[in-house]
Amino acid sequence: MGILFSLFTVISLILIVYSGVKLANLHLLFGVLIPYMALITFIIGIIYRVVKWGLSPVPFCIPTTCGQQESLPWIKQDKLENPSNTLGVIGRMALEVLFFRSLFRNLKFEVGAANPAEMKNESRVIYSSDKWLWLSGLVFHWSFLIILLRHLRFFTEQVPSLMRLLEGLDSWFQIGLPHFYATDLVILLSVTYLFIRRVIIPQVRYISLAADYFPLLLILGIAVTGILMRYFSRVDIVDVKILTIGLVSFRPVIPEGLGIIFYIHLFLVCTLFIYFPFSKLVHMAGVFMSPTRNLANNSRIQRYVNPWNYDVKVHKYSEYEEEFREKMKKAGIPVEKG
Amino acid sequence: MYNGSKIIAGLIIFVALATFPFLYNIGKVNAKPELKIDTPVIEQLKEKECVESEEFMKAKHMQLLNRWRDMAVRDGERVYVNSKGEKYEISLQNTCLKCHSNKKEFCDKCHNYMSVKTHCWDCHLTSEEKQKT
Repeated sequence: MGILFSLFTVISLILIVYSGVKLANLHLLFGVLIPYMALITFIIGIIYRVVKWGLSPVPFCIPTTCGQQESLPWIKQDKLENPSNTLGVIGRMALEVLFFRSLFRNLKFEVGAANPAEMKNESRVIYSSDKWLWLSGLVFHWSFLIILLRHLRFFTEQVPSLMRLLEGLDSWFQIGLPHFYATDLVILLSVTYLFIRRVIIPQVRYISLAADYFPLLLILGIAVTGILMRYFSRVDIVDVKILTIGLVSFRPVIPEGLGIIFYIHLFLVCTLFIYFPFSKLVHMAGVFMSPTRNLANNSRIQRYVNPWNYDVKVHKYSEYEEEFREKMKKAGIPVEKG
Repeated sequence: MYNGSKIIAGLIIFVALATFPFLYNIGKVNAKPELKIDTPVIEQLKEKECVESEEFMKAKHMQLLNRWRDMAVRDGERVYVNSKGEKYEISLQNTCLKCHSNKKEFCDKCHNYMSVKTHCWDCHLTSEEKQKT
């Protein structure tokens, strides 16, 4: 169900923009208003989600660890898996965000005999390494980032040299003209793999919902329209830049005769931006907010105070003695202060 | 908000990154590229037509040039027959640059605007360079 729903949603999005631009001539709506709206929704939506997370207390020190914690000096601490200070947390977080370190430990398991000859009637769970999800996820995210940065050439008149370097690396092989970008192929392959994986593996399919299929299909749609526009159904790239530069300098212009494929690409991107803060995609911000990752495992060194604890009214011994000193003296009970 | 200062610092970085194109373009005048096709050779032409139609050249000139390179350099083929059946010599310097002798006013305008790095001039001489030699 989820697959068909997502597929039809993406198809209807394309039909909406197609009819809107081709039949109803709503160039201003799809070329200017919706992009502005999408960016505003994206920024405010992310801020809203992050602030909402920030307002929730974290009652316990709950980092997930899988290494030796800081202990006696002669026991070697695993500083990245079990950080006890901010520096370690930053290192661990950086590896998590940039290289998906925790996903690297992803395992698959099956029930069977480890060695069929030895265990005839006995079966057990066998764990084995499964790096495909990690690899495809990683290359997908990196190529998405590179593609996003590469698009800055549409938004900056003097393209920053870093972007030019990135573009040069991406088109390293100089295949065809315009140069073929390696990330275009990589993102197509990885998104396709991530999609097929959801459909083929029964356990993953069982837990997959429309919210899982839709972003994949939407991103696939964005990648395909972008690739079509660059290599096949070509649009006038100078007109595209006139539109995009107009948007970012708040002097919007709609160039005549821009191909419909550009509007489809733009509308799908806008949909992604609008959808982003309200879906699982917001893990982009959420990863930094997860207490299982961003806390140091130092609760044995420093007391972790539950922020929602009310102030407990305590009655210290010194106060107790102050109150009952005379009575204690009379009863012959020793007191600390004369 | 718990850890408010860290969260707000993070959000400021996020907003700065998300609005980078807007911040970058503050106070910049973005002129759209105007091509000049008024070189002496073009002025003398009766029919001001390139080897193919304007739409074709706009969209696919790079693919045509790539094909010309392969035909000339790899196959030794020096004659191009266009969609109308007219024959042209396959040569960047003798055919393309004969008319478009103003690289700075023509080629570079869009390529610089779009930050496209051409590698034509790794081997070929521009008209200006040719006059010097």
